[in-house]
Amino acid sequence: METIIKAIVFLPLIGFLTAGLFGRTIGAKASEYVTTGLMILVAIFSWITFFHIALGETELLRVHVMRWIETGGFDTEWSFRVDTLTAVMFVVVNTVSCLVHVYSIGYMHHDPHRPRFFAYLSLFTFAMLMLVTSDNLLQMFFGWEGVGLASYLLIGFWFQKPSASAAAMKAFIVNRVGDFGFILGIFGVFVLFGSVNFETIFAAAKTYLPAEGAAASVEPVIHLFGMSLDRAHAVTAICLLLFLGAMGKSAQFLLHTWLPDAMEGPTPVSALIHAATMVTAGVFLVARMSPLFELSTDARTVVVLVGAITAFFAATVGLVQNDIKRVIAYSTCSQLGYMFVALGVGAYGAAVFHLFTHAFFKALLFLCAGSVIHAVDGEQDMRHMGGLRKHIPITYWTMFIGTIALTGVGIPGTMIGTAGFFSKDVIIESAYASHNVLSGFAYTMLVVAAAFTSFYSWRLAFMTFHGKPRASHEVMHHVHESPMVMLVPLFILSIGALLAGALFEGHFFGHEYAEFWQGALFTLPENELLEEFHHVPALVKWSPFIAMVLGLFTAWYMYIYSPETPKSLARQHRGLYEFLLNKWYFDELYDRIFVRPAKWIGTFLWKEGDGRVIDGFGPNGVAARVLDVTDRVVRLQTGYLYHYAFVMLIGVAALVTWMMLGSSL
Amino acid sequence: MTDWPILSTVTFLPLAGVALLLLTNDASPAGRRNVLNISLATTVVTFLISLFVWIGFDNANPGFQMVEKHAWLGTGISYHLGVDGISMLFVILTTFLMPFCVLASWESVEKRIKSYMIAFLLLEVVMVGVFVSLDIVLFYVFFEATLIPMFVIIGVWGGKDRVYASYKFFLYTLLGSVLMMLAIMAMYWQAGTTDMTELLKFGFPAGMQTWLWLACFAAFAVKMPMWPVHTWLPDAHVQAPTAGSVILAGVMLKLGGYGMVRISLGMLPLASAHFAPLVFTLSVVAIIYTSLVAMMQQDIKKLIAYSSVAHMGYVTMGIFAANMQGIQGALFQMLSHGIVSSALFLCVGVVYDRLHTREISAYGGLVNNMPKYAVAFMVFTMANVGLPGTSGFVGEATTLLGAFRANTWVALFAATGVILSAAYALWLYRRVIWGALDKDSLKSLLDLSTREKVILYPLVVLTIFYGVYPAPVFDATAASVEQLVNTYNAALSAAPTVAAATVN
Repeated sequence: METIIKAIVFLPLIGFLTAGLFGRTIGAKASEYVTTGLMILVAIFSWITFFHIALGETELLRVHVMRWIETGGFDTEWSFRVDTLTAVMFVVVNTVSCLVHVYSIGYMHHDPHRPRFFAYLSLFTFAMLMLVTSDNLLQMFFGWEGVGLASYLLIGFWFQKPSASAAAMKAFIVNRVGDFGFILGIFGVFVLFGSVNFETIFAAAKTYLPAEGAAASVEPVIHLFGMSLDRAHAVTAICLLLFLGAMGKSAQFLLHTWLPDAMEGPTPVSALIHAATMVTAGVFLVARMSPLFELSTDARTVVVLVGAITAFFAATVGLVQNDIKRVIAYSTCSQLGYMFVALGVGAYGAAVFHLFTHAFFKALLFLCAGSVIHAVDGEQDMRHMGGLRKHIPITYWTMFIGTIALTGVGIPGTMIGTAGFFSKDVIIESAYASHNVLSGFAYTMLVVAAAFTSFYSWRLAFMTFHGKPRASHEVMHHVHESPMVMLVPLFILSIGALLAGALFEGHFFGHEYAEFWQGALFTLPENELLEEFHHVPALVKWSPFIAMVLGLFTAWYMYIYSPETPKSLARQHRGLYEFLLNKWYFDELYDRIFVRPAKWIGTFLWKEGDGRVIDGFGPNGVAARVLDVTDRVVRLQTGYLYHYAFVMLIGVAALVTWMMLGSSL
Repeated sequence: MTDWPILSTVTFLPLAGVALLLLTNDASPAGRRNVLNISLATTVVTFLISLFVWIGFDNANPGFQMVEKHAWLGTGISYHLGVDGISMLFVILTTFLMPFCVLASWESVEKRIKSYMIAFLLLEVVMVGVFVSLDIVLFYVFFEATLIPMFVIIGVWGGKDRVYASYKFFLYTLLGSVLMMLAIMAMYWQAGTTDMTELLKFGFPAGMQTWLWLACFAAFAVKMPMWPVHTWLPDAHVQAPTAGSVILAGVMLKLGGYGMVRISLGMLPLASAHFAPLVFTLSVVAIIYTSLVAMMQQDIKKLIAYSSVAHMGYVTMGIFAANMQGIQGALFQMLSHGIVSSALFLCVGVVYDRLHTREISAYGGLVNNMPKYAVAFMVFTMANVGLPGTSGFVGEATTLLGAFRANTWVALFAATGVILSAAYALWLYRRVIWGALDKDSLKSLLDLSTREKVILYPLVVLTIFYGVYPAPVFDATAASVEQLVNTYNAALSAAPTVAAATVN
């Protein structure tokens, strides 16, 4: 088993090195086959591990690899920790990554830089696996930033496009804002627990807060940013710092601005990184740190708040976007909000369940979108599509499956339903059932977002595939179904999008919860959400279904039945429409309050601070006087500059002489 | 072999090269070839011999090793050499970087190559001398002597404004060194010895420590350089030839940091604790201020120079956090910066040799015809940004952790450097490397030559190696730093009585 785990993590690295270092020598075809072949192997191994660990008896495997940073009491090593949570991530990451590798062989067919592309994909996979297998927070940070690097390189893959390089930079820098919190959180954990290794943290966390009834200790354990915090507050502060990292990576409200821009990258990248895997790293982080988050109700309330706002906010923006990929990107952002609400209310299993199902149907949607873009010759604006159903039927039907999975089509109370139906309903019901102060708010936001989700998903489907073709004749003439190498991944993902929910609901958040997770997710004894969410009122159970139907009907009415309605609505509510179209003006706002002031301050400090004040009063002022004097000296002497060196020599000589005399006295 | 004076050998071996160079004539191409070959051979051999210092080094021993001591100049001063975990790796770093300097100057230095190489070899002697000296006068002599060859290198082989730059460099350093000389005299006066091993144990009175500390700090802060005495560095870098920048960034900045660990923290613990908040403030200002300034630079070398100042901010912050993570992190950060910033300056040298401009706006789209260069530059950019997996991260993270344990505010502000460094470094990369290849002047540029590969690839490997497996460095420094931290804390806990005694 240890060998298999090592193989899972390191084979993508080998793929990356092979394609990256020798891609030119061995050629594009060989690079594709090597990286893809290795990924297929890794995906098979991942499923084996999943059956062995998650569905089998083994609770936890730890594999030591190598020493890393050891200084004082701060000991970190490279090692792998594989429990059910990691096994689930293995399956998600490697299945999607493997399919995206295969799909890319077709999609990137014409690109001259294919070895580089496949190298980056494998590099990403390696970093993501380092993240999910980490046994300490620092290795997780390695994976965390590693996926950030891969994402940066892939967004900027078409480096000739200025918009792509700008988007790549933006993604990296905004993520760094989150990482700033994450690294401080790691330090905080070290100060509190004396270690950043999960084993130590989790063991200590269980007894960290005094038992119910015992007097709470008010003795400060950490002085953080001017606050003296006792144990309970310290945990809250640390959790919030870690959550800042999660917000950055998972594109949550306020740190979400990079994700839509990241769509500048090739579409398979969007499917792999910006939908299925990397952006869920924040969810993984909180789930992994559940022993800490479980200790802090306040921190979890913040998580609920951010998650609920994101779910709602991103869905509103998604309603009016015209770029096919951006609609799906905002949808991703919104669905990540759902996951955070689930984490915040303490339904960790539900969050990871949605992560799991979402990976299938969202990757499917993106790859379908890629297939559409491929068919219409690179066009991404849905206003120039329409009527494609007959021309690319397979893409249409797989996209249809993705859409019903995302919108959560299913019959409440039965086991009939798509993947999203199960996972989303579980989250909405948990939000309602939880005892969090924001439970009602979160529930409302999520149901409204569910209606919006349904609307924009169907809007996308209708605008793209139904109605009359709006593309030019030339484009329509060339529309073609994608090759088999791109369609097979769609089929496989479709199966996942249809069945993943029904098959695994019991394991992730049902009666087999305990045997499945085997302690990988920690909940306090008083957290009984697993039981309580079953007992919500019938109306609550039906609410997501009603929202879904409402959204579907509205979309049908506006884009099939009466296509003039959306235009007149946009005209009537110009302000609101512009507000949504411009993504609540966040980019403009951040440009005003962060980017421009930083540039201004930078220039000011350079020209005024360094130039006028420091140099003016310092060296230049002195130098001017020195020059006055030395000008005359220079005229007397023959040398140019050497006399300064000479002065130094004299100085040193004088010192030595003085010491010599002094010591002999 | 055990009695072999290996430190003296490593220190003075380059003089043999100098002697050989004096016999040559660089007027003809063959003569020039000779000069280069001799210089390269000398520096490589010196590096290889210096490796024996590391091989023979006992990681478990916190004290000084390979000690050589001879009476010199009467009774007080002695020729006393030795290395411990704090200084040993700086010797290796210095000898390691020298062959790169020779290679970087292979074609780019056209005039007076012989004098140029002599200056570099002399510089190597005095730089290694600083790190191995155990007599404070010897230390001072070497410390100051580094100025002369560097001053000459910038002043003679520098760019257009070399005179201004070398003036500035000189004036700043002069200020610091005069003060340090006074401090050393006072130390001798008080302790009656110039032996650093004695001075480390001496325990200066608290009131005196303050003055000694301030005087030494002036010298070290200028060398580092710390804000606000940093403005000489961007000018010096811009004007210096590539190899000069490499040595400046790679080794000379570390003299200040080494001095702070050895003298400020080691000999003057009470004053160090007293002034730690001041150093923290200056470090944090340096990190934020210079990162913002770096962002707006239009000259590649200036940008990297400002980023150097920011990175040195982490070092000073870590040193005065005065715990294991802080100091070990600072030492690691200095070594890592020695590799990474040298590599960045070498990267600039590669394109400067081709185009003879450092203006960022003159470049763009280099990845199209220089893919290998783009990869190397990417690795160093990421190390500069502090991406985990590169050596830059290890240093930043451990110094930040050290600072966090000492004062969370410091860590909070310093950690903003994580964001700002990404901003300036990636912006530079985007403007130079990415984009379409539109400019005609760039279209004929060739990718890395064999010589340039030999220069850059080993540095790429090391940057990643020490990011993934930094243990050799931490193992070497652990024992000595632990001893330093222990004596520091012991001095501090004994301090109230001392302070009370002086008050009474």
